[in-house]
Amino acid sequence: MNDKKGVSLDKKGLLKQTWFRYVINTALIVAGYALLMLLVNEHVLNKYQANMLIPVGYNIIMAVSLNLACGYLGQLPLGHAGFMSIGAYTAALFTMAVDLPPFLEMGLGLLFGGLMAAVFGFLIGLPALRLKGDYLAIITLGFGEIIRVIILNLDFTGGAFGLKGIEKHTTLTWTYVLVALTIFVIHTLMKSRHGRAILSIREDEIAAESCGISTTYYKTITFTISAFFAGVAGGLYAHYLSILDPGNFGFMKSVEILVMVVLGGLGSMIGSVVAAFGLTLLPELLRGFEQYRMVIYSLLLVVVMIFKPSGLFGKYDFSMGDSLDRLFTWIRGGLKIRKIPAGGDGDGEAKKDA
Amino acid sequence: MTFIYQLINGVQIGAIYALVALGYSMVYGIVKLINFAHGEIIMVGSYAVWYCMAQLGLPWPVACAASIVVCTIMGMTIEKVAYKPLRKSERISLLITAIGISYLLQNVAQLVFTANPRMFNNFIGGDFVVGDRNFSNATLATILVSVALMVGMSLLVSKTKIGKAMRAVSEDQDTAKLMGIDVDRTINITFGIGSALAAVAAVLYCCSYSQITPTMGSMLGLKAFVAAVLGGIGSLPGAMLGGLMIGISESLTKGYIDSQLADAIVFGILIVVLLIKPTGILGRKTSEKV
Repeated sequence: MNDKKGVSLDKKGLLKQTWFRYVINTALIVAGYALLMLLVNEHVLNKYQANMLIPVGYNIIMAVSLNLACGYLGQLPLGHAGFMSIGAYTAALFTMAVDLPPFLEMGLGLLFGGLMAAVFGFLIGLPALRLKGDYLAIITLGFGEIIRVIILNLDFTGGAFGLKGIEKHTTLTWTYVLVALTIFVIHTLMKSRHGRAILSIREDEIAAESCGISTTYYKTITFTISAFFAGVAGGLYAHYLSILDPGNFGFMKSVEILVMVVLGGLGSMIGSVVAAFGLTLLPELLRGFEQYRMVIYSLLLVVVMIFKPSGLFGKYDFSMGDSLDRLFTWIRGGLKIRKIPAGGDGDGEAKKDA
Repeated sequence: MTFIYQLINGVQIGAIYALVALGYSMVYGIVKLINFAHGEIIMVGSYAVWYCMAQLGLPWPVACAASIVVCTIMGMTIEKVAYKPLRKSERISLLITAIGISYLLQNVAQLVFTANPRMFNNFIGGDFVVGDRNFSNATLATILVSVALMVGMSLLVSKTKIGKAMRAVSEDQDTAKLMGIDVDRTINITFGIGSALAAVAAVLYCCSYSQITPTMGSMLGLKAFVAAVLGGIGSLPGAMLGGLMIGISESLTKGYIDSQLADAIVFGILIVVLLIKPTGILGRKTSEKV
């Protein structure tokens, strides 16, 4: 949450307008994509480096979606990898079964993967979310393990041998678009009325309930959305590696994602993104220390918890509009110009930051 | 007859689960923490007893004692270093720390002992016969030792001074402090006792299943935890009952349905029980205060 008061001198500014913020953000996303493509096409990033950005992408989606359930809703689900595996298998089996143009096939596959994960998220969430805290953690862990064991024992999933020969549809473009979409959806959700309801459940469930918020409804819906995006990330994962092994979706994977969320800061979107980015690339940078990777991971988790339980970013959320606003205010302050009426808008701040 | 064989197997593994579950349950009762690192204590205990016997060539009673000492110290150190600074912070931080410690121990073990399984030579020789099948005396020893320890633990908690302190701290830490109980020490001792029980479970487990790997503790620990929750976490008889139930149902699943589905069935039972009676079979119901 940002402090709205004090920083901005320019209350009526263009930057406070919701529509303008959408324009800025869309422009930035497009510019980011153009820059990325430029870097890849001009071979500033080599093929290997460009390829590494795909795991970064699906890990960001995983972390951001877990952050929704964990950081914003304040529950501790330990079965996130289970949803990822459902999405991965559904998407992979779909694209293997049908024969459509790659774009359509991939899009539908990811959608179905996400939806299937969401269905399971709903089915699991409905009973599981009756429980609180530790019990919820353990029951989601149980469900995650059950999903893994079932996939291991089904015939059409390839069982313990894994699913092979999945078409490699995942491109940098797909990853980029989906990361942007995930962040956009979850960000807007959290800035809406529903987002505030979700936050109130984290702060105090009983108080939220007594204010007329249907906690069961919001918990279930949040859990389902979180599962949906995990499923989409699973679809990307499947079409990137082209081989699926149920062993990769164990408790370990769930913990790995949790480390990202916790390290970034529970309830901070930018934290999840930065941590997912860093922790995915870290092992690549430390190639020679492969065997120490998990030791470093787990040590990091403990040390962060003991010395900075709120993670790197705490609950700070990045907002481009606010940052630009602050930047301009700062520049103006430097130029000793008191106030510039910005963009000729007359009607003040009708809407707050969306 | 198969049923009886499976039942004996089930009681054996169930007794081990029960011992480990006791540790979970005691710790949860006193600090309300799922000590995810508890499973890894079993792994440490197994490596300790293996190292003493196979590498140092010590006789088995010394090796077992060494293993118990190592685990007790380890449990108490973990509590002091990792959990104590977080006792006043949010529960979720504590839980995540426990997960972190668990993975730390697992990965350090992987670095030190590599991922290759170590073979442990069962020192409890001989076997006994039921019907037309032989059972190792290790089975008998496991059941007897577990029962003895469980009775001992019940007496410890209900009759001794430290047991009284433990119960008081689990009831209300602040009031216990006012009554002159050293809360930090009591919690530390609880971790120590729990870890010592885990060490005994580790020795018994190694005697029957002989393979030691860095990840052996995680599944064992999880199932023991399931047992503790099933019986009602925080309740000692509950831990025993839960352990036996999990052991027997797992063994019957392996015998009659499919050995691969055993884990799924164990978690399935947990989920059903939690949904019907969230506090477990023998758990006390607590109402939530605002």
